[in-house]
Amino acid sequence: MLKIEDISKTFHPGTVNEKKALDHLTLELMDGDFCTIVGSNGAGKSTMFNAIAGSFYCDEGYIELDGEDITYVPEHKRSRYIGRLFQDPLMGTAPGMTIEENLAVAYLRSSRFRQGIFSRVSRREKAMFREHLSLLGMGLEDRMSSPVGLLSGGQRQALTLLMATMVTPKLLMLDEHTAALDPGTAAKVLALTDQIIKERHISCLMVTHNMNQALEMGNRTIMMSDGRIVFDVSGSERENMTVGDLLEHFAAGAGRQFNNDRILLSTRQEC
Amino acid sequence: MGFLTAGIVRTALEVGLIYSLVALSLFMSFSILNVCDLSTDGCYTLGCAVGAVVTIAGHPLLAIPLAMGAGVCSGFVTATLQTRFGVQSILAGIIVNTGLYTINLAVMGFSSNVSIFGTDTIFSMFGSLSPSDFWHDWSSLILLFVILTLLCLIIRWFLSTRLGLSIRATGDSMAMVRASSINPAVMITAGLCLSNSLTGLAGCLIGQYNKTCDINLGTGMVTVALASLVIGETISGRRRMTLRIFCVVLGSCLYRMIISIALRLNVPTEAFKLVSAVIVCVAIAAPEARKMVGFHARKAAAVYTRRKVVRGGEKDAEN
Repeated sequence: MLKIEDISKTFHPGTVNEKKALDHLTLELMDGDFCTIVGSNGAGKSTMFNAIAGSFYCDEGYIELDGEDITYVPEHKRSRYIGRLFQDPLMGTAPGMTIEENLAVAYLRSSRFRQGIFSRVSRREKAMFREHLSLLGMGLEDRMSSPVGLLSGGQRQALTLLMATMVTPKLLMLDEHTAALDPGTAAKVLALTDQIIKERHISCLMVTHNMNQALEMGNRTIMMSDGRIVFDVSGSERENMTVGDLLEHFAAGAGRQFNNDRILLSTRQEC
Repeated sequence: MGFLTAGIVRTALEVGLIYSLVALSLFMSFSILNVCDLSTDGCYTLGCAVGAVVTIAGHPLLAIPLAMGAGVCSGFVTATLQTRFGVQSILAGIIVNTGLYTINLAVMGFSSNVSIFGTDTIFSMFGSLSPSDFWHDWSSLILLFVILTLLCLIIRWFLSTRLGLSIRATGDSMAMVRASSINPAVMITAGLCLSNSLTGLAGCLIGQYNKTCDINLGTGMVTVALASLVIGETISGRRRMTLRIFCVVLGSCLYRMIISIALRLNVPTEAFKLVSAVIVCVAIAAPEARKMVGFHARKAAAVYTRRKVVRGGEKDAEN
């Protein structure tokens, strides 16, 4: 359903800061795939997400989503089909607006102003927002009219998740979306993510620095280095894989030692 | 005769209500959209010039939508410069402001001053509805009050529509707006067109109110409007939207009252710009100063209590 063919992106070409962030990257995602992505900092994981989301246009290559060529479709149009969560829980929500208003803006993706740009949020929609919020189990449904800026990071990330999936996206991209949360909240948001993805059958890409998580969640794991995919595993091979195997594969694929503290540290914690 | 006669208060309120339109315009661009639009001065004069010319032609009512339309055009240019061509918002405003000077002169037939004495204005039309003395004195204020109340309600309603919510979200979190499949460029354009239409309306009304239009009318307007806006936001404390909108209008009226008081205190007119600047500073600094005073009071109290405890302890030790 998502097809990335041979995309490349070089930042600051022709200067001393020239950086080849994506190097002829090719990736195909099947319908309903939940793919976890690992790789050290600077490997190009977020750049790939930006390329898919349309934050910039690629220098070369081709991107297709659900049979439609989106290589040169602007970002705001792609976001109709692509949901995205960032590591920073503050990024996906508007702090000065109430929970209800935030949800109303997110819900615009479905209606596309079809009910008219001057229409207001209907009572039925409000009831639907409430229902969605209660699924989070955070008591947010009783705080619909309080500003989002007053919520905690975990609550905001859960709300962002809800906003990104309320209108079911074709593709959901999670960029370390639980990294900034405390372990308890992270587990809760992660469980919620898993539940929503399974229930709605959403195709998903998830960046994580936690090796256990990378193998436990989803049905496929890819590893990136220097703007390329160096390792791709799924099916029974993946089921029998341990964190140690994954690290070894990385060293082999990248041709150098895995020297990312965050990954080495996060292999030790259970979650 | 008291310090402030009814006439002085009435004039202050009338002008305050007209100026509050500019404050509302900045409320839209500065507070809601988080865009610094400095084309206010020129746009205000543009509204006045267009309004004056159409009024002289004998259409005081038609002058209102035309002046607002002129404001929309000005806002559209400012918005296009920053959204399509990547000009920084402050620079875009200044550029448009500079260009508008010539356009305003052109609208006024390349004279720096246009007088609309002797023709009907909306104020004279409304004032002639009743011959009584009371109506003669208060009709302008009542008319402006009605216009402003209606506009505030319309703005409040607008900000809760889907378009209004999208505009608010654009000023609050650009990343979220993009993720919600809304084109931020379109929202900034819509917001600036709307905000500048209010500035144009203010210019039109002040032209008909003063029965004159001067090319330098708008100079310093952005400071005045910002002062009103800040006073309003200080009063409302950034709480609910309805309250915030009405407090902007209140802030503008308060500002004019302060100016009237300064006038009564025989502050020379040459010093007025300085007075405006000081008022803006005081209004902005007030909440912070209040916090500072509160903190120091608490600190002093805490130090005092602590000293007493320590001294008491020493005394206990001596005993």
